This record gives sequence, C-alpha cells and structure tokens, in this order.
Amino acid sequence: MFDKKKLTKINEDKQKWEETTLNKTLERFPERKDKFTTGSGEEVERLYTPNDIEEIDYNEDLGFPGKYPYTRGVQPTMYRGRLWTMRMYAGFATAEESNKRYKYLVEQGSTGLSVAMDLPTQIGYDSDHPLAQGEVGKVGVAIDSLADMEVLFDEIPLDKVSTSMTINAPASVLLAMYIAVGEKQGVSEEKLRGTIQNDILKEYIARGTYIFPTEPSMRLITDIFEYCSKNVPKWNTISISGYHIREAGSTAAQEVGFTLANGIAYVEAAIEAGLDVDKFAPRLSFFFNAHNDLLEEVSKYRAARRLWAKIMKERFNAKNEKSMRLKFHTQTGGSTLTAQQPDNNIVRVAIQTLAAVMGGTQSLHTNSKDEALALPTEDSVRVALRTQQIVAHESGVTNTIDPLAGSYYVEAKTKEIEDEAMEYINKIDNIGGAPKAIDMGYIQKEIMDAAYKYQKEVETDERIVVGMNKYKVEEETPKGLLKVDPAVGEKKKEQLIKLKQQRDNEIVKQKLSSLKKACEGDENVMPYIIDAVKVYATLGEICGVMREVFGEYEQSVRL
Amino acid sequence: MERPIRVLVAKPGLDGHDRGAKVIARALRDAGMEVIYTGLRQTPEQIVATSIQEDVDVVAMSILSGAHNHLFPSVVKLLNKEGIEDILVIGGGVIPEDDIPSLKEAGIAEIFTPGTPTTETIRYIKENVKR
Repeated sequence: MFDKKKLTKINEDKQKWEETTLNKTLERFPERKDKFTTGSGEEVERLYTPNDIEEIDYNEDLGFPGKYPYTRGVQPTMYRGRLWTMRMYAGFATAEESNKRYKYLVEQGSTGLSVAMDLPTQIGYDSDHPLAQGEVGKVGVAIDSLADMEVLFDEIPLDKVSTSMTINAPASVLLAMYIAVGEKQGVSEEKLRGTIQNDILKEYIARGTYIFPTEPSMRLITDIFEYCSKNVPKWNTISISGYHIREAGSTAAQEVGFTLANGIAYVEAAIEAGLDVDKFAPRLSFFFNAHNDLLEEVSKYRAARRLWAKIMKERFNAKNEKSMRLKFHTQTGGSTLTAQQPDNNIVRVAIQTLAAVMGGTQSLHTNSKDEALALPTEDSVRVALRTQQIVAHESGVTNTIDPLAGSYYVEAKTKEIEDEAMEYINKIDNIGGAPKAIDMGYIQKEIMDAAYKYQKEVETDERIVVGMNKYKVEEETPKGLLKVDPAVGEKKKEQLIKLKQQRDNEIVKQKLSSLKKACEGDENVMPYIIDAVKVYATLGEICGVMREVFGEYEQSVRL
Repeated sequence: MERPIRVLVAKPGLDGHDRGAKVIARALRDAGMEVIYTGLRQTPEQIVATSIQEDVDVVAMSILSGAHNHLFPSVVKLLNKEGIEDILVIGGGVIPEDDIPSLKEAGIAEIFTPGTPTTETIRYIKENVKR
C-alpha cells in the first residue's frame, strides 16, 4: 500500500525513535506492564506503522464496500443508506406475554423481532414432558403447537416485520409453524422475511440444544435450504453462529475460525445433496459476538468477511456475488456482563455496540444490564435499545463507511485474525471437517483451554474486570428482577390437554405417519412437517417421530 | 495418605451452558480433587445414581436456565431418600439472590453466583466436606 522507499525510511525513523526518544522515556517511566494483550490474550505492539501493513494491497485486500472481498462492508452505502436492524432477542413465559413484549418493542422502535424459546421447545419436548419440569417458559417462550405461534404473532403482520428465531435442532418445525401462521394471516410464504438459527454444529460445540445425531441433522438443514430456495426465497435459512463459541470462552480468532469451518461443512453438505451453491449460499447468514476489546472486535468482523468471501469464491467456485457476502447479526457479549455493579454493564454494552457498528453488522441485539442476574426487565431492555439508537444517531460513526479502515493497527489485526482463523480451518480440514473435529472433541477442547486461561487471568488479577476483581463495593441485593411465574408449566400442560381434545386426532396420526415415512426415505421432509403442524400436531410429537427414526446425539464428554 | 476429595460436577436439566461447570471441574482437579463431570441434560435421578456409584463427597451443580428452584432441591430430596446425608451439595449459576434462602433451606449448602473466584469454591469445599 506504500512506497518501498518511504517504508524503509519509516522503519529507520522508527528505530531511531526507539533508541532515543522512547528509551529515554522508558527509563524514567516504565510501562504499566511487560506485555499488553487483547481481550483474547493476543499480544499487542506498542505502536503500529505502515511497515506492519506493507503486505496489504488496497484493491485486493480491502476493495470497496459491496465489492469483493467485502472487507469494508457488504453494502455500497452501509449505514448511510439504512441503519442496521435493531433486533432485540426476547421471549418468556407464555405466547400471550411474549406477544405483549414484542408489541412493546415494535412501539419503541425495534425494527425486527427475535424470538427466544424455552429449553423444552429448543430440544423438541412438549411442556408436559418429564424433562421439561421446571424449565417451561424460563429462558424463552414455550411453543407446543401452531396454536401457540398464532397467539405469539397475533396482530403482528408477518409481511411487515422480519422475524429471527433462535431455534436449531427443531428449526424445520418452527419454520413450518411460521409459514402456517403467515398463511392464516393471508401472507404467502414467498413474502416471509426472517431467519432461523438452524446451526446444529455449534450446538454440539457450545450451546447444547441438540437432538439428533450429526448426519440426520445435516440432512434436515439441507432440506430446509432446498425448500426455502424454492418457496421462501427471502428467508435466511441458517445463522452460522460464532456467538456461543465465544461465550463458551473462545478467542476472537477461534470464533472466526470455528464458525467459518462450520459454514464450510454446511456448504459441503448442501453441495453433496445436489444443490447449486449459488442457489442457497446467498441465504446463509452469520452471527457473531461483540466483546469489550473494541479494535480487536472490529478487526474480527472485517477478517471474517474477507475470509468467507475468499472461501466461497476460491473453494466453492461461487459465481453469484451474493454467495460471497458474509452478512451477520451481532449480539453483545453476555459473558462480559458482571453481576456486580450491574449499571456498569450499560457502558460495556455501549462499547460493544460501537464495535459491532464499526465492524459493519447488519443487525444487533444489545444485552441488558441485569442479564448476569436474571432475564431483563422492560426498563433495562429499553436502555439497551436506546444504546443502539444513541450510537446510530449521535455518535457519528455511521456517517462514513468502515471508519477504522486504514488504521495501521486495525489493518494489521484484521490480517492477523484472518491468518489465525485460516490456520484453524486448515487444521479442521486435516482432521476431516468440522463434524469430525467436533466428534473428536478437538474444537471443544481448544475453546475450553482458552476459557480456563481467561478465568485464571481474572483470578490472578492479570486481567481487570471492573467491579468484579477491582473497584469493588459492598452492594445491596438488586431489586425488581424479572420473575417468570412458576405456574406457566401447569398452564401449558392444561392447554395441551385441551388441544388434544379439540383437534382431529385421526388426521394428526395420518400426518405423523406420512412424516415418518419421509424421514425414513430421502424425500425433502419440509412439506410433511408443514402438513403436520397445520393439523396441530405438537412439536413434541413431530420431534418424537424424528427421534424414533433418527435416534439421538450423544455428547462426547471430556474436560 | 488420605484419599482425595471426590466431586461430581453436574448439569441438571436442559440447560446447555457448560462453560462454568467445565471451568469449575478443571479448577477442582487442579486443586487436587478427583472430578467426575456428568455432561449435559442430567435428571436428578441420574445425578443421584452417579454420585452413589462414584462414591463422591461433593455434588456441585450448575444451572443458568432458571430451573434451579425445581432441580436443586429435587437432587437433595432424592439423596435423602437414599439415606445419604454425608454428601455436600452445592450449586452455582445465574441464581437471583432472592432464591438463595429457600435453596439453602432445601439443603443446598452454598450457592455460588457469577463472578465467584474458583479459589473460593475450592476453599469452601475443603472446609465443609463432610467426611
């Protein structure tokens, strides 16, 4: 990017500066630490100069927004055209209560919905299943059948909002229910906009809501890719997630490396199933974390975009530019929040918001200050949403595209993360791909090592977490936390009994048996699932049929 | 030589957040204890069966999903039903302060909330183990 002669001169001047000016200062005032590291523990130099990025070629490595390799962003105008989607993840207790929260969020300026489901729903159990005891409605809304989805989206026009659903193992069932609700509202499936997370590999790695073994799970995912490319063209069929990998303790580079390795596995599976890469790849989307190390995080998003573009173009021979664009959702880092002095979390979330925005995110969820203690209250959710709005309208960072590009540090860091992530991808390729690396526990162990190292650093005060290991105060018990009514479980059980009395059980049986046959064969299962949800077969019944045919995943446990 | 303290680190319920459980498991192991980690999705019955089979001194459970009020006491009840009184039962996770008194009444000896150093948990176990 720079003239060779000038680079030599800069290098000479830097050495001179070190020997004279710098050393003099260091003798009198030593630096605070021997080694400075990023939030991920990577060493950071004192100063970055053009010499650190001399290998970077502007046109090839950075280019222009909306153009390959998309380092500077996926759209030509970025936030000057349209701000990111402010999408707050919410949902708890019953469909009625969550529906109220969604309407509130839309009134407050939220521009997309993001549905949190409870654990029984995410693992394919109805609310009356023995394993669901104590969990119904806790971390999200309980969905047992289409009846719940009808209430959840009551008076929310599905042709106007885009909806993201954090659902993985039973993603096809929830998508089917969404399609059915749309139909009842008179909105045809080709008009529906939204995302299902549908990323099973990271469930095995880090998040834990898996049901079926790897192979049938990958088939369900490719069935969704195929069905949507033909029938629900505006739907993002997967959100390949680094978020939970990072929450589990990975470094920023691991977050990129492991997530893209999972991405590669999905693309390979779909190609193997006979799909054309340029038909499904434009609907792939990603989901990353935002932690506190602002510049490392910005570099991470840029590195991920550039690396994915290259992978799609060079490895998979994608021709459609849309296949090469890494679009992503961001959520601020839950694990960075402290239970101590929770107000401080507002500041952390603001920094993380800046990181996501300067990194070019397409949508963002900001965590609320009280999330290390419980689910957030309406008031704290509002502050979190306002944080995004302040960054959008007051901070000025949205006025120009990719504002940190050209920073010697950010460009060097972007390259470093890209290289390190690529090293992980190569390692995983050598093992035989992400599914195999997960089965062997390789990815989990790498993440755990990083998590344990981080914990040690906090406990030895090598790493300061304000309010937790330094600047502590005596605190009173926080008041006014959100409580989920423990009666939700009972209420849902009663609703299920009623549902099973009112629906046509004979037709439910028929549809489930057709679904079973489809699962045993190699037809696309989506149409059968849609048929089953429409006659009010429950999520538990549908997943039960699939459990029977596919079996269940067994976690490889190692420390 | 006295045998090392044996700990079962367990994840009851459907919650998949296991970073805390795994970090604690490693820290206890590094502190010289023998650690068995159950993996995810354990029912109270499974946890009790494993603690008997593995002859542990401590059961350390982690929940971040909010199901602690149901699942932690179930484990203690089942242990008592088996006539086991000498296992120290502790818990951790995202647990609101308001829930802690009733959990202690139900027989969970101590609750460790986010931000607790592993050293504190180790010290607590060493001082309170019942054998």
